[in-house]
Amino acid sequence: MSVTVALTLDEALTALATDPAATVLAGGTDLMVELNGGHRRAASVVAVNRVRELRSWRHDPAAGTLWLGAAVTYTEIAQEPIAALVPALAQAARTVGSPQIRNAATLGGNVGTASPAGDGLPVLAALDAVVHLASAGATRDVPFAEFATGPKRTVLQPGELITGVTVPVLHGYQGYSKVGVRNAMVIATASACLAVDVASRSVRFAMGSVGPVILRAPEAEAIAAAAADFDAGTIPSEVVERFGAAAGAAARPIDDHRSTAAYRRRAIEVLARRLLARAFPAGAPIGGDA
Amino acid sequence: MSAASVQASVQASVQASVDAAVDSAVGAPVSGRLGDSPVRPDGVAKVQGSFAFSGDLSADGFLWGATLRSPHPYARIVSIDLSGAWAINGVEAVITADDVPGKPTYGLIDQDQPVFASEYVRYVGEPVAAVAANHPDTCRRALEAIRVEYEVLEPLIDPERCVDGSFPPIHPKGNVFRHQRIVRGDVDATGDVMVEATYEIGMQDQAFLGLEAALAIPDPGGEGVELYVATQWLHEDRHQIAACLDLPDEKVRLTLGGVGGAFGAREDISLQVHTCLLALRTGRPVRIAYSREESFLGHVHRHPARIWMRHHATSEGRIVKVEARIVMDGGAYASTSSAVLINAVTHVQGPYACENAVVDGWAVRTNHLPCGAMRGFGVVQACFAHESQMDRLAAACGLDPVEIRLRNAMQTGDRLITGQVIENVAPVRECILETAALPLPDEPVGGHDGDPMRLPGGAGLTADRSHIRRGIGWGVAIKNLMYSEGFDDYSTARVTLRDGVASLKFATAEVGQGFVTLAGQIARSVLGVDDVVLEPIDTTVGSAGSTSASRQTWMSGGAVDGACRLVREQLFAHVGAVHGVDPLRLAIAGRDVVDTMGDLRVPVAEATAGQVFEDTFEHHHRPTEELDENGQGNCHTAFAFVAHRAVVDVDPELGLVKVVQIATAQDVGRALNPLSVIGQIEGGIAQGVGLAVMEEIVQIDGRVRNANFTDYLLPTFLDMPDVVATLIEQPDPMAPLGAKGVGEPPCISSTPAVVAAIRDAIGKDLTRVPVRPSDIAF
Ligand SMILES: Cc1cc2nc3c(=O)[nH]c(=O)nc-3n(C[C@H](O)[C@H](O)[C@H](O)COP(=O)(O)OP(=O)(O)OC[C@H]3O[C@@H](n4cnc5c(N)ncnc54)[C@H](O)[C@@H]3O)c2cc1C
Repeated sequence: MSVTVALTLDEALTALATDPAATVLAGGTDLMVELNGGHRRAASVVAVNRVRELRSWRHDPAAGTLWLGAAVTYTEIAQEPIAALVPALAQAARTVGSPQIRNAATLGGNVGTASPAGDGLPVLAALDAVVHLASAGATRDVPFAEFATGPKRTVLQPGELITGVTVPVLHGYQGYSKVGVRNAMVIATASACLAVDVASRSVRFAMGSVGPVILRAPEAEAIAAAAADFDAGTIPSEVVERFGAAAGAAARPIDDHRSTAAYRRRAIEVLARRLLARAFPAGAPIGGDA
Repeated sequence: MSAASVQASVQASVQASVDAAVDSAVGAPVSGRLGDSPVRPDGVAKVQGSFAFSGDLSADGFLWGATLRSPHPYARIVSIDLSGAWAINGVEAVITADDVPGKPTYGLIDQDQPVFASEYVRYVGEPVAAVAANHPDTCRRALEAIRVEYEVLEPLIDPERCVDGSFPPIHPKGNVFRHQRIVRGDVDATGDVMVEATYEIGMQDQAFLGLEAALAIPDPGGEGVELYVATQWLHEDRHQIAACLDLPDEKVRLTLGGVGGAFGAREDISLQVHTCLLALRTGRPVRIAYSREESFLGHVHRHPARIWMRHHATSEGRIVKVEARIVMDGGAYASTSSAVLINAVTHVQGPYACENAVVDGWAVRTNHLPCGAMRGFGVVQACFAHESQMDRLAAACGLDPVEIRLRNAMQTGDRLITGQVIENVAPVRECILETAALPLPDEPVGGHDGDPMRLPGGAGLTADRSHIRRGIGWGVAIKNLMYSEGFDDYSTARVTLRDGVASLKFATAEVGQGFVTLAGQIARSVLGVDDVVLEPIDTTVGSAGSTSASRQTWMSGGAVDGACRLVREQLFAHVGAVHGVDPLRLAIAGRDVVDTMGDLRVPVAEATAGQVFEDTFEHHHRPTEELDENGQGNCHTAFAFVAHRAVVDVDPELGLVKVVQIATAQDVGRALNPLSVIGQIEGGIAQGVGLAVMEEIVQIDGRVRNANFTDYLLPTFLDMPDVVATLIEQPDPMAPLGAKGVGEPPCISSTPAVVAAIRDAIGKDLTRVPVRPSDIAF
């Protein structure tokens, strides 16, 4: 097995241009599991976790955007200063594996794996992130919603690298919740991100582990946006109920050895209600129970 | 007798360990005696990562071994073509059932499990062939190159079809491992109230962290073999291996490889025979090391069970009669199923007095993973049923869960439903009362600082305080100690005292429980020495029996104690002769031999200078009997008791649980090493919590769906409750050192206590463990 440890973006792209079949390695927390388990073979590897450009991030206050390099780790995302810019992504980051895993795991790797259970992904979906791709001599930007085409399937071409993602820095509540059968270090049975954008008077809601890819819940989003008082930060409590039901209806869960479709849908309904109540606390029903 | 002479309130396990170690070191003139908590001899190396586990073994020029396993739960082997594997460069051996020179099968009780499947495969993961090669990748390619043609058959996956006989035998020995009935007293007796339900227990894995691994080194000429292996019982392994290799026992020499946990899963043979066969075949050292997935397939598990129970009681809640029907799924091969069944049927009354009983139990053969020993050994399953029943009974009688248990608590002199009289210390009442006296957690839901990580859902931030309900639940257990049903169980130890140093030789498997610490404590106490040397743990001394059944402190502790006493007699005889004192007047005080009736005081180091005193002792426990057809007989050796109270926070809508606290009072006889006892209590509770809310091997149509730690979930630090423990110290006159085994009880009634607490929080009738989020949410 040949391994190229790239230190610059140019080196990485050149290596991939020479050998487009090479496997990209970032933190290795997905890839090494697959290789060790014999589920995947790699004849050659291009390691990108030391590529300077990919390890950096940039906040552009004028544009109201945050660019995160693909090799930024979840440990970095979980902390300030990134955490203050994208609180939901930081919350999601804190649920990824254990501290050791978060030290190695990158945002680009999470996007590259494109598991419906990837914890960073519902946040990227809710924020309408843009995924930046590059190959030797070319770059392209793909809306996050178009990046994954199915479970662990993406539009990424051989020889192409994820260089980073851009997300808007929004004003308004954002939160991420993840249901698993254990209180930490667990794969999501269902997960959800809710993000409020006061400026555009919108509520965005995205869900993980309840479909082949990350799903949005447009109908629920519209219900919430129409009913919310964005200035007062309130929403009528009966809307919370409707919002939960609409979010649940947008889920497309399946039965598998981890859980049942019925439970996953229920979990989405509950998470949706609770997240909306956190976003608009004054309007939350007392006790929060259905 | 003092009910609670040691109380350890443990807020965080690490802190408790440190505190206890410091406490015991302070003020003790010679540390490391019985009652102290000295540092483990292997502790620093384990913490620093330098301890050699069996997975770290290697030898010059060794080959890698690997195993080909059945992809089908049930199939006939039509043909096996090995030529593709042999054709690969670097492959040194390819073996199948045809290459087993001796007995083709093995097993702890009934030798029905093939070394390699020959005619049929009976579970997914059953070994079919093995290879030895120069590199793990070569092994992998060799396994892929072996062509096995299978005729796939319909698997037997419903245990009830074994009981009703409606499925054709999947093995020449039939589909029932054992059926045992217990009939006692007035079978028609009834009471004012009757409660019944059916309970289910899922398949738990021992999930030790140190995966199966072994290194076999053949003797020149292939006349014998040396095996380094992580196991629970060196001599039994040797006996089974030798039979399969067609060698005399003494030609197979075993040395304990570093063991990273066992919990019952290393009681059976897994890779032992394969490794030895490959080494003998190639004339070179061979190493096999399982992956996590292979480990799930390669060892036995806790029996899944379905238990129907009906209790009859007076309106005051006194139990009149218990009825039970127990079906345990033993999987494809016998392992210890018949003994596990006996434990389940004989413990299903719980630690409660009861005159009348009708119990029927079956352990059956299916095309599931084989099941055998796991911490609690059949009693875990029975306890979940009887404790759930006690709460039902309490509700029916309008009593609270503590009161119903106190009213029925058994005591020394009571008879079990087998007719056996409890002769041990039986502080059931004390266990319950002392547990009840322990403080409930003072923290509100979510903790004082409102850390959302401490709510159900933990790091997922799924809940706010207002969503959570708190519940409290109880579990109390009785557990037999040592082996049962007429087995002549013993342990051997040899002690050599020379120049003030005691050398201890035994074959007791150290699997993490700390016998290596305790053995030194015994020698220091009995012989008055400071320095103790532990010789290698291997088969060059008599058997120690298995490190299981909560038995080694009692059995091997008894053996080391016995051998030390014999050596001390030699020492006293010598000192007596030199100083003209009757040896009977001599005793050990601190580091000296003293004349109890005079002034003589000779340091042990001086008295043993240039002398060698050596002796060997076998400790046997008292004989037991088999059960008759009505399940009557003194089948068990001894019993221990424990109570658990669980406090849980539940998110009813999402079905997520946070176990907040477990309080426990455990009948330990005497705490020879309080820190080790607390370690067993905390570890056992972690395993009990795991079975209560997350640990289960999921098999669908005979196929395992979660043979990995992504989907087989073990409790993390965030799932582990605070543990508050009281040790009930009433030294047992039957126990060599007054100490009862403490390993199993912590995991037995902690599970029903957690489930009872969840029921208390949400008011639902949960009858199955592990409790899944959907069981709570819907
Ligand atoms: C114990 C454990 C626990 C885990 N827990 C969680 C969890 O709770 N939540 C969660 O979401 N995930 C979890 N994971 C999965 C994993 O940690 C994450 O998906 C992580 O973000 C992957 O990042 P990585 O840098 O390690 O990726 P790698 O393993 O290096 O790569 C993953 C995939 O992405 C591709 N790739 C990586 N970087 C790029 C790039 N720049 N351009 C193109 N392709 C690229 C790789 O070729 C590979 O296919 C866990 C993994 C482990 C081992």
